[in-house]
Amino acid sequence: MTASTATIGPRTEVPRLDIDPFSDAFLADPFPFHERLREAAPVTYLEPYGVYAVARYAEVHRALTDWQGLQSAAGVGLSNFRKEPPWRPPSVLLEADPPRHDAPRSVLVKLLSPRRLRALEAGWRADAARVVDEMLARGRDFDAVTDLAEVFPLRVFPDAIGLGDSGREHLLPYGDFAFNAFGPRNRLVEEGQAGIGPTMAWIDAQCRRENLAPGGIGQQIWEAADRGEITAEQAPFVVRSLLTAGVDTTVTGIASVLHALADRPEDWRRLRADRSLLPRVFEEAVRLESPVQTFFRTTTQPVELAGVEIPADEKVLMFLGAANRDWRRWHDPHAFDLHRDPSGHVGFGMGLHQCVGQHLARLEAVSVLDALLDRVTALETTGPARRHLNNTLRGFEALPMRLTAA
Amino acid sequence: MGGDLGGGNAVIDRARSAATERRASAGTLRVARKRVVAEGVVELTLVSPDGARLPDWAPGAHIDLVVPADGADAGLVRQYSLCGDRWRPAEYRIMVQREADGRGGSVAIHDRVAEGDALGFGGPRNHFRMAPAAEYLFVAGGIGITPLLPMIDQARRLQQPWRLLYLGRSARRLAGLAELAELGGAEDRVAVHAADELGRADLDAWRPADPAVRVFACGPNRLLDAVEAWGAPPGGLAPRVERFTAQVSAGASPSAFEVVAAHSGATATVDAGESVVDALRRVGVDVITSCAQGVCGTCETGVLAGDPDHRDSLLDDAERARGDCMFPCVSRSRAARLVLDL
Ligand code: FES
Repeated sequence: MTASTATIGPRTEVPRLDIDPFSDAFLADPFPFHERLREAAPVTYLEPYGVYAVARYAEVHRALTDWQGLQSAAGVGLSNFRKEPPWRPPSVLLEADPPRHDAPRSVLVKLLSPRRLRALEAGWRADAARVVDEMLARGRDFDAVTDLAEVFPLRVFPDAIGLGDSGREHLLPYGDFAFNAFGPRNRLVEEGQAGIGPTMAWIDAQCRRENLAPGGIGQQIWEAADRGEITAEQAPFVVRSLLTAGVDTTVTGIASVLHALADRPEDWRRLRADRSLLPRVFEEAVRLESPVQTFFRTTTQPVELAGVEIPADEKVLMFLGAANRDWRRWHDPHAFDLHRDPSGHVGFGMGLHQCVGQHLARLEAVSVLDALLDRVTALETTGPARRHLNNTLRGFEALPMRLTAA
Repeated sequence: MGGDLGGGNAVIDRARSAATERRASAGTLRVARKRVVAEGVVELTLVSPDGARLPDWAPGAHIDLVVPADGADAGLVRQYSLCGDRWRPAEYRIMVQREADGRGGSVAIHDRVAEGDALGFGGPRNHFRMAPAAEYLFVAGGIGITPLLPMIDQARRLQQPWRLLYLGRSARRLAGLAELAELGGAEDRVAVHAADELGRADLDAWRPADPAVRVFACGPNRLLDAVEAWGAPPGGLAPRVERFTAQVSAGASPSAFEVVAAHSGATATVDAGESVVDALRRVGVDVITSCAQGVCGTCETGVLAGDPDHRDSLLDDAERARGDCMFPCVSRSRAARLVLDL
């Protein structure tokens, strides 16, 4: 570049890449694409969608935490709400910025704090034991997705929220659709669209006060509205945010840690002997697999990122999964390593919008793992993992496994 | 308004610098600017020593500040409401009124703290959250204006109607009048009542009858008692008030202390410049962290023995008082030895 050009715009060259992060090829195996995105430059421009992208740890961390420069209220998917209407009323949490974001967030932070969740812990551990026992009774071969990772959250989460018994089968498709909807209107969105009407109607109904059981988290959200901490108009959307983000993500998280631990007899033995490693195991799996792969932000003003000036009102795509495997931050980044300190991974995001349900996700995962470790001496795969493609979530369709009962 | 403090403070500066320098790193804020904003009121602009973003906050939040104590090593912990602009993520602002008969914190800030100093801090925490409302009435008594300033800015951003009743002994002692005039714009939103000119205010004349109006008040106890006595209007909510804390915190962390991971018995010395997490890492004990700022809750750890010096944004006063858990990414120890459930 010549120093004499007086043009406004990027001071550093932004490579323009012809990569579609929502194509089947990318979603099925993102790692070679991540490599190209990370190594091309700290900031790149994705031709197919006309968006900026960051895939290195430092820039992703910066974009996540700088809510002043990179806002969420214009949507955290590809669509810019300032230019096109969202597919549903925007989330009062995920798709909001301060000041509107403050009150709903503080209500959920309190309700989902580790100190509050302790009240659920004994029950969840008992449920985890039951789920694993039921599975063991059916034999040694199982699918870690459909027999365990999906079963446990669906057993405990709807009860914790206080949902009714009927219609719970809508939860997984709703989350799947919502996370697809952060991407472009591609095949995945079109396919989900077909049956989504009744699902959305069921979800909306669950958020109403009269449909939430007393004592549950949903009802406590409404009680916060009684106290004036949030408005009665916000309350159903706060409940909805739990139903959107609370199931598919934890299913994927649990599946990810089982996927990581299968065929690792050494690690399994170590864990059986030392359960204090469990929190670390889960964080390392979240780092490595990054159940939530991407989110967008929108610049509120010209924002400088790694020497590049991104103009105002531009979409910036953050590759959390790529940041969590950036060699600049992580030694031997593609390895699942029980000796690693996974602190600071961005699998739950970072900053103001960091996953408010992260402690709930941890409690679910640790409950399941503990119950398994009590009863199982070995875990091996019996076939290839089958991925479930989603525009945002990196989940599984099937994880065939065999266990050895203790 | 105001102006930088004169050279009179330079003498005190040198006497005090050794004690503050020792803390000039982890969990500290540097005083970037100190200026007089009203009679007996100084404003401090605080930044992190490396210029990085500070933990996020919202209107109503306060920080715990470790203020140098006269002659002592440990310092005094005092709470100050944040009154700055959170769209400037690398700085906090507080205003401190000199209380000659106070508990020493304000005098220390007025007399012993100078630009360039490093002060330990904790939080921000928020016990006075601004809740959504159709309309706001803010009532400030003197320096009680501090938490209300960012609330007023927020009401303005949301284009929500608000009014402020600002009471004080004399207009000279009221901080922020110029900013308020700007925030209030052309409309008559701010009523200043200086007792030396107008006598006693007829507070009850301000009591809102409309349940859509929410009252947020901060100031001396006598004022807040009167506002609280308004109660909730039919179909509305009671006024929210924040009282100047009467609670005297014990001294802050000694410059170094010992942390013990109970399960392995591993022991580390935590120096003034490092976190408990860093010190434990040196002796092979990993505590998983995420934000490393005391805001996300990831590193919550049980406390088996000792007296934690809480610096997080998460625990409320009752939870702090229990002393049974802490966030070692930022929190420290008041005693020489801290035993954690690790
Ligand atoms: S790591 Fe976030 S609170 Fe300690």
